[in-house]
Amino acid sequence: MQSEVEAPVAGPRDVEAAGVEVESVELSYGALTVLRGVTLRVAPGEIVAVVGPSGCGKSTLLELVCGLLAPDAGRIRAAPAALMPQRDALLPWLSALDNAGLALRVAGMSRGAARAAAHEHFAAFGLEGFERSRPAALSGGMRQRVSFLRTLLAGRPVLCLDEPFGALDALTRLQMQRWLADALAREPRTVLLVTHDVEEAVLLADRVVLLSPRPGRIVATLDVGLPRPRARDDRAVVELRERALEVLGAS
Amino acid sequence: MSAALALLALLAGWEALVRLGGVDPLLLPAPTQVLEALWRDRSLLAPDLWTTTYEVVLGLLAAVAAGAALAVAMHLSPTLRRTLRPLVIGSQAVPVPVIAPLVILVLGFGLAPKVLLVALVCFFPIAINLYDGLRAADPDARRLLRSLQASRWQALRLVEAPAALPAAFTGLKVAAAVAVIGAVFAEWAGAERGLGRALLTANGQLETARAFAATLLLFLMAIVLYGACALLERRVVDWTPRTGPGRS
Repeated sequence: MQSEVEAPVAGPRDVEAAGVEVESVELSYGALTVLRGVTLRVAPGEIVAVVGPSGCGKSTLLELVCGLLAPDAGRIRAAPAALMPQRDALLPWLSALDNAGLALRVAGMSRGAARAAAHEHFAAFGLEGFERSRPAALSGGMRQRVSFLRTLLAGRPVLCLDEPFGALDALTRLQMQRWLADALAREPRTVLLVTHDVEEAVLLADRVVLLSPRPGRIVATLDVGLPRPRARDDRAVVELRERALEVLGAS
Repeated sequence: MSAALALLALLAGWEALVRLGGVDPLLLPAPTQVLEALWRDRSLLAPDLWTTTYEVVLGLLAAVAAGAALAVAMHLSPTLRRTLRPLVIGSQAVPVPVIAPLVILVLGFGLAPKVLLVALVCFFPIAINLYDGLRAADPDARRLLRSLQASRWQALRLVEAPAALPAAFTGLKVAAAVAVIGAVFAEWAGAERGLGRALLTANGQLETARAFAATLLLFLMAIVLYGACALLERRVVDWTPRTGPGRS
């Protein structure tokens, strides 16, 4: 798994290998236009956040990139992508270990091998001691970490994270944002992060793409370009956050 | 606890009613008379109990096998779903007392027609609950499996089947409770042994207390069967059920 994704910034790579290219994509559900003329590029190893109001087609964009939907018009080229659904979507009858290793099981690995592979990451993910716990016995933050580990173990070069921390309380969300930044620093991937939290986008992403209300189209792209780790009270972070909010018409 | 007290009060009232001459014991024997008959005729009723238990358990197992196979087939194939759904619903509308004699006529007096009729009664709740359960799996989990390029079989095995288990057990418990009815009707249509048959002969001989004793055994059988299924459910469905988007 590591050999596939290591050092994504070490030299130019083909989009097919680890990037995402979305070109003038349109999508409607019946009479309801969800996305209109969306063009977006994510370079290999880049973290791009997509921010917009509820119902602007953010999640739909991820489903397109993961190949779960086909666009009505436009073109999508993307390396194999793993989806982390909005709600953790952990299977309540499986232990934390089996949930984390689900992608490996689907890929044909035996139960024992999948457990062993998932367990290697449990300490780093702060899940040690909870291997056999069912999701109902885990805290919200732990469930998100299991869900993220499951996404990571799918072994795809691109990660599509759909509001990964939307369900968490404010304090846990802050901790998880810091934790995700560390995890991605350790295991760099190409990431498309959908969120409605502007601050989260600025803290985590290299670029922030702002979507309009439905039908979603891109109204602005902000280059973050700040050194990591970033703090939410850094002046530059606050300024970018305010600018994004202004563009979205919320300030 | 209060249920036991209520039952006790009911039995005491019943006993008093009969003992004080309010009802003819030939029509309604007192609870103690029923217990007395149960003890007196135990060697008579034991083979009947065994026979009916056998029929009911085999019929229930047959219904589980057939119901599960059909539910999965209807879940996987829209064509089968459209074709078979009316038949499945129709199977529940068939009046068992009417077709029981026909089944006996074709299959004879042996075990087969009893198992078939029990299975017919039990089949519907099992099939329909399992079918609904298979469709009720979390859409997010389905989407996740699709994003992992899981095969149809993997989606069924890893997500849909486990998600359907609670509903399947609901169907099984309903089936366990009504299975006895199928066996009784089948035995009434023609049998050499069984509690339904014992009920019929005891009635004919005006042995009302024995008929009630046989009914008591049927009653207990349904409860024990239901309890066994509920126990199995607790063992198998051992994760905390999470309704809707689980968040605590």
